[in-house]
Amino acid sequence: MYKYDDIDQTIVDERVAQYEDQLNRYLKKQLTDEEFRPLRLQNGLYIQRHAPMLRIAIPYGLLSSTQLRKLAEIADKYDRGYGHFSTRQNLQLNWPKLEDTPNILRELASVQMHAIQTSGNCVRNITTDHFSGITPDEIIDPRHIAEILRQWSTFHPEFALLPRKFKIAVTGSRKDRALVQAHDIGLEFFLDETNKIVVKVWVGGGLGRTPILGSVINEKLEWQHILTYCEAILRVYNLYGRRDNSFKARIKILVKALGIDKFKALVEEEWQYIKDGPNTITEAELSRIKAFFTEPAYKTNLDSNLESHQNEKAFTQWLTRCTHAHKKQGYRAVTLSLKPTYTAPGDASSDQMRAVADMADDYSFGELRVSHEQNLILADVQEDKLYELWQKAKTLSLATPNVGLLTDIICCPGGDFCSLANAKSIPIAESIQAVFDDMDYLHDIGDINLNISGCMNACGHHHVGHIGILGVDKNDTEWYQVTLGGNQGNFASIGKVIGPSFSAEQMPAVIRKIIDVYISVRQDDEAFIDCVHRVGIEPFKNTIYQETAH
Amino acid sequence: MATQLIQIDKIQDDDWVIIDLPVIEVEIKKQAGKVVQFKLTGEAYPTSEQIEKTVIPASGNIILPLQVYAKNKARLAERLNKGEIGIWLLTHEEIEKYIASEEEINQFSIIAIKTEKFADGRIFSIAARIRNKFRFTHDLRAIGDVLKDQLYFLKRVGFSSYVIREDRNADEALEALYDFSDPYQGAFDLKEPVWRRKKRK
Ligand code: SF4
Repeated sequence: MYKYDDIDQTIVDERVAQYEDQLNRYLKKQLTDEEFRPLRLQNGLYIQRHAPMLRIAIPYGLLSSTQLRKLAEIADKYDRGYGHFSTRQNLQLNWPKLEDTPNILRELASVQMHAIQTSGNCVRNITTDHFSGITPDEIIDPRHIAEILRQWSTFHPEFALLPRKFKIAVTGSRKDRALVQAHDIGLEFFLDETNKIVVKVWVGGGLGRTPILGSVINEKLEWQHILTYCEAILRVYNLYGRRDNSFKARIKILVKALGIDKFKALVEEEWQYIKDGPNTITEAELSRIKAFFTEPAYKTNLDSNLESHQNEKAFTQWLTRCTHAHKKQGYRAVTLSLKPTYTAPGDASSDQMRAVADMADDYSFGELRVSHEQNLILADVQEDKLYELWQKAKTLSLATPNVGLLTDIICCPGGDFCSLANAKSIPIAESIQAVFDDMDYLHDIGDINLNISGCMNACGHHHVGHIGILGVDKNDTEWYQVTLGGNQGNFASIGKVIGPSFSAEQMPAVIRKIIDVYISVRQDDEAFIDCVHRVGIEPFKNTIYQETAH
Repeated sequence: MATQLIQIDKIQDDDWVIIDLPVIEVEIKKQAGKVVQFKLTGEAYPTSEQIEKTVIPASGNIILPLQVYAKNKARLAERLNKGEIGIWLLTHEEIEKYIASEEEINQFSIIAIKTEKFADGRIFSIAARIRNKFRFTHDLRAIGDVLKDQLYFLKRVGFSSYVIREDRNADEALEALYDFSDPYQGAFDLKEPVWRRKKRK
């Protein structure tokens, strides 16, 4: 993975000093709340319902075991012994003290980490496919460009105070696991007819209050131009994006208002002044970055012992749900589920973090990844070690074989923690998990993404969940709106609202009805999402509203 | 009063006078129960009445509102030649509408951009455009709600002077110009990204 040199280290160190000065001026009342707000946000600090919340950047989801141990230590020392992995591949601490934040940032800097631009109206953490570098369907490893983009966007002088937040995602695989169409800029790498690396550029996608999938602004951009092209897009957005209404301030609204053709014309006009300029990426710089992501020392001719455990159902279930194919024979990627019943999705205790760090050292070359599904991934595990690893993971409650299943719920922190929430989301996830606790049944239902957001801001990506749940506020009580048919990936779609919203108590029953309808109308082994797309939302709607009093 | 002007990297005396638009009742319009400042929505401001009524001093170095200058181009030509004229614009004004060419823009000894709110980041892109597209080579000044915490970014996008908001300490603000020693990306001040400037491992 990428390692800091003196230049990177100096930048994060100087950032800590700068932030400490800003905080001191704020505490001495030399900065108003309004003035301090963008400054603290750009350092990941929110003020939430209970306390400040600190969001730590995990660039494109990649972590070393040393870094994870440090995070565990910070969670113990400055927080309540746990952290929350978010859908943005970040880690959030829910209870730090304002006065402690410079020290936390200093500790992070000591392991090459930071909280830079994890919130605020700026370019956020670049996200990518959590199986980068190891998945057999990969064409280009997107982490190289993700790192180049990370550096470029860090303290970009022009884009520190944008109309709204700005998210960039990169993918280089046939199957898009990075949701590029749901980002402000999505970059999809592929090889053209002459085997040159090119990029399809999407712009103006986003979830939130007005969910829109991105439009293609450039079918085929040469990779060397990514930075200058992004700069042109951001400049147009910075100049013309709305600033009078924060709900209308995302780039998607601008792209929609102007139309993609007009928007593209403005971008191309700006681009001509900077195209081929000094920020054009060189082969040399790409190779320098590439060198940080070389393959670990994989073994060859490994024996697989998987057959000997063929009859252990619990193990084979885990094997199908929680491991992913690897480009190297004899290896698999393992997903450690952070979604057991009765804990908030994405939460990990400091003990779990330390144990995972040990597992990363023992089984996966000391590295791990965070997925936007809020799970942890050991990317390079030998097949003959899987059984042993599974047994360890089980004792740590990290082996719930539910990855991709109904109970692998993506869920934002919601009303328990977030001051913007309309409704709680974690208890809804828990009540659904509690109803669907029969593993065999879950496996029979098969692949389903269920996403929950506590408000319109859609941090739980509810629009692209096969089943989406959104917390809404009706006369100061908490209600839940249900959507069906959302999808992520190459066939992305936005879910449709099935009708009036439900109370928290009704939710588990509503989900059960949805599943019952699916089971009764599915053809052979038709997946849930395909079934919804085939039959539409009517049959679901009819059953639910016929039987649920509200 | 101590001067609030930082130029290049020192506190300096200011020999320019900024000519303000006359205040003719602040326009406020209601929108969905909230009070919205007319100006921030990017609609027509200044008004033609304000432009008409701006008094242009007969001598001295003056920085005029963009649209006041545009209206009086002909009679200011001589003073422009003598280097007595600069312009200032608001972050929603488009300089392209009034100034046609690279040559014309470079006749001004100074251009100032006024940001009315700290959080309005348009000031950065306007500056980048004036420097990249129009290749403006003279003094580019940030005025308005200018605080210590924008200075480093303002410098990087191409500003050469800054008038710190009156209630803040300009000496302290000055330090921020050196917040980071080696930024990653190329911008106006350091054109090359760090990987072109330095040998990296
Ligand atoms: S979706 Fe709403 S409630 Fe949930 S974390 Fe985001 S802002 Fe908070």
